[in-house]
Amino acid sequence: MTRWFSLTRLLTLLRKEMIQMRRDRITFAMMLGVPLMQLMLFGFAINTDPKGLPSALVAPTQDRFSRAIVSALELTGYYRFTSAGVSAAEAEALLARGDVSFVVTVPSDFGRRVLRGDAPTLLIEADATDPSVASGAISTLSTVAAQALQRELGTQAEAAAQAAQSLQVVVHRRYNPEGITQYNIVPGLLGVILQLTMVMMTAMALTREIERGTMENLLSMPATPLEIMLGKLLPYVAVSAVQVLVVLGAAQVVFGVPFVGSLHLLLGGILLFVLALLVLGYLISTVARTQMQAMQLTFFFFLPSLLISGFMFPYRGMPGWAQILGEVFPLTHFLRFIRAVMLKGAGIEAVSGSLLALVLTVLVLSLIALLRFRRTLD
Amino acid sequence: MSAAPAIDVRGLVKSFGGRRVVDDVSLTVAKGEISGFLGPNGSGKTTTIRLMCGLLTPDAGEGQVLGMDIRQQGHLIKREVGYMTQRFSFYEDLTIEENLAFVAGLYGLSPARQHVRDTLADLGLTARRQQLAGSLSGGWKQRLALAACIMHKPRLLLLDEPTAGVDPKARREFWDEIHARAHDGLTVLVSTHYMDEAERCHRINYIAYGKLVAAGTVAQVVKGAGLTTLVLEGPQTPAAARALRGMPGVDQIAPFGNTLHVVGRDGAALDRSARQVAQQTGCALRPSETSLEDVFIHFMGEARDNMA
Ligand SMILES: Nc1ncnc2c1ncn2[C@@H]1O[C@H](COP(=O)(O)OP(=O)(O)OP(=O)(O)O)[C@@H](O)[C@H]1O
Ligand SMILES: [Mg+2]
Repeated sequence: MTRWFSLTRLLTLLRKEMIQMRRDRITFAMMLGVPLMQLMLFGFAINTDPKGLPSALVAPTQDRFSRAIVSALELTGYYRFTSAGVSAAEAEALLARGDVSFVVTVPSDFGRRVLRGDAPTLLIEADATDPSVASGAISTLSTVAAQALQRELGTQAEAAAQAAQSLQVVVHRRYNPEGITQYNIVPGLLGVILQLTMVMMTAMALTREIERGTMENLLSMPATPLEIMLGKLLPYVAVSAVQVLVVLGAAQVVFGVPFVGSLHLLLGGILLFVLALLVLGYLISTVARTQMQAMQLTFFFFLPSLLISGFMFPYRGMPGWAQILGEVFPLTHFLRFIRAVMLKGAGIEAVSGSLLALVLTVLVLSLIALLRFRRTLD
Repeated sequence: MSAAPAIDVRGLVKSFGGRRVVDDVSLTVAKGEISGFLGPNGSGKTTTIRLMCGLLTPDAGEGQVLGMDIRQQGHLIKREVGYMTQRFSFYEDLTIEENLAFVAGLYGLSPARQHVRDTLADLGLTARRQQLAGSLSGGWKQRLALAACIMHKPRLLLLDEPTAGVDPKARREFWDEIHARAHDGLTVLVSTHYMDEAERCHRINYIAYGKLVAAGTVAQVVKGAGLTTLVLEGPQTPAAARALRGMPGVDQIAPFGNTLHVVGRDGAALDRSARQVAQQTGCALRPSETSLEDVFIHFMGEARDNMA
């Protein structure tokens, strides 16, 4: 018992870690500052419902119906027609260059169809490279257009009114067919924030001992690898709890992200994810010789995971090899998990695949970390 | 008391990247003895000490420390040994008291508070106990390190250059402390580059390029080196030094103030050369005791020759 594990020793290590954490103001500030800053930047920048987006209008025949629709769209505040009456080709170029976010096309037979009561069609092409930008504008679209037609037709023939009801709005999300909604971002952000701080902090904490030479001393005293590892990791579990509280609180209060799933399941999954990250950070620290190297290794891991985990770009939109590579990152599984639980109210069976992947990650990484950690210096 | 030595290691070998840093080192330190560990920079002192306290695993060799096997019982050795690292390795962002409390906790000393308080008082650290270790001067850091490694009442102290950068008074106090504890039965192995400290040891061990070159009391080591030392004195010593260079029997020439020490293995040849030069330059010539430093410099030269 006392050879491999002693509670006194673990508590001693924890106490020391806490004192150090408290004295290291900058790091401490970073652990709280990073989540807040990321929340502000990512959360607000992406969730602000952008208004007055530049738009182009392609309307070969300018009739009262097309004018009615255009003015109704402008009234929503989302659309600002900067280029009206351009040709389809010009509009295409504007969209490609990113000069406009939307191209609204009113087909030449639009008016005729309305009057005939013959299901008129309206085409909206949206630059969905940043999908959340377009989503608000698009979601209001069909009702606004239908109402505009209704108003314009007034007391006219019933058949025509019917046409307004049957108005079809065809939406093309260009360049990025899988539109992520803004709700995707904040839960995903929790994963990203946890990942950055947890991996980096643990990687640095242990490397610091090696760099400052205190590891030699620690190893010459009766502390076991398990105790040293737990002593390093547990304080950061506490830190992560604070971060989770901040982000989930903000998700509810500030961003109004719906939460339909089970809280217990959510917290359980988060804990699992945090463990995976801590062990990963610990593993990095067994490789890195200096804190600088630990930092670099963290980013070496962090950046690709940000790109191909499904946080930045839709997972399903990536080529096959990238999807396979993405499976390696705990963040990928966590994103699937948290989006499913928070937004879709998924139960444990639905997310068991992701959870299993996380469990496996923790086990494999822990094993490697304990094997790599030597009680000796060589 | 049994005669079993506190340290008894044989044929230790440790290589880093194919280079034998510790090469077939055997070392014996009797109980209650203060044993000096000397050798030039990079000769493998720190590495040997780490091998003995279980921080490194030897590539070859075996031995016992306090009767416990260095390969199998490293975890037991750690509880009975106090190891003071060459580089200060306590937490600079913790106070003296917090550092000691940390050490007490790891050794499972109870009541920890009492141990810390006693140790603070014992080493005169009580007044500074709230000071961060990082803000201490070299002498106080050393005192903290010593306090931390004797708090758990080890039976063996391994001190790696404990007095580097410490002023003479603090060094004297440090050695008084060590001698007092050795008198109470503590065994000490201490590495140092200071000759006066070597002379304070009961026995010394000299290592060069990973090989143990000499071991014994200072007198034995000096005698064993078989060197003859002559002193030239007079106004013309710089000229004498130039003239002596390369002459038969002359191995070392070292000026000390107005005098010149010449050292050589071949006493007769040295005597002839020195006599001749003394006459030429009008210096007085007299025989002298060979100093430990002369012996060590001689060892260094010899070991290098063996390497080449
Ligand atoms: N972990 C290591 N990896 C590679 N080489 C090492 C390692 N530790 C020590 N060495 C090398 O081994 C040699 C002996 O080092 P060691 O620290 O034992 O010497 P030392 O006698 O303590 O020197 P000093 O008097 O300068 O403290 C040095 O050349 C050093 O570079
Ligand atoms: Mg050394």
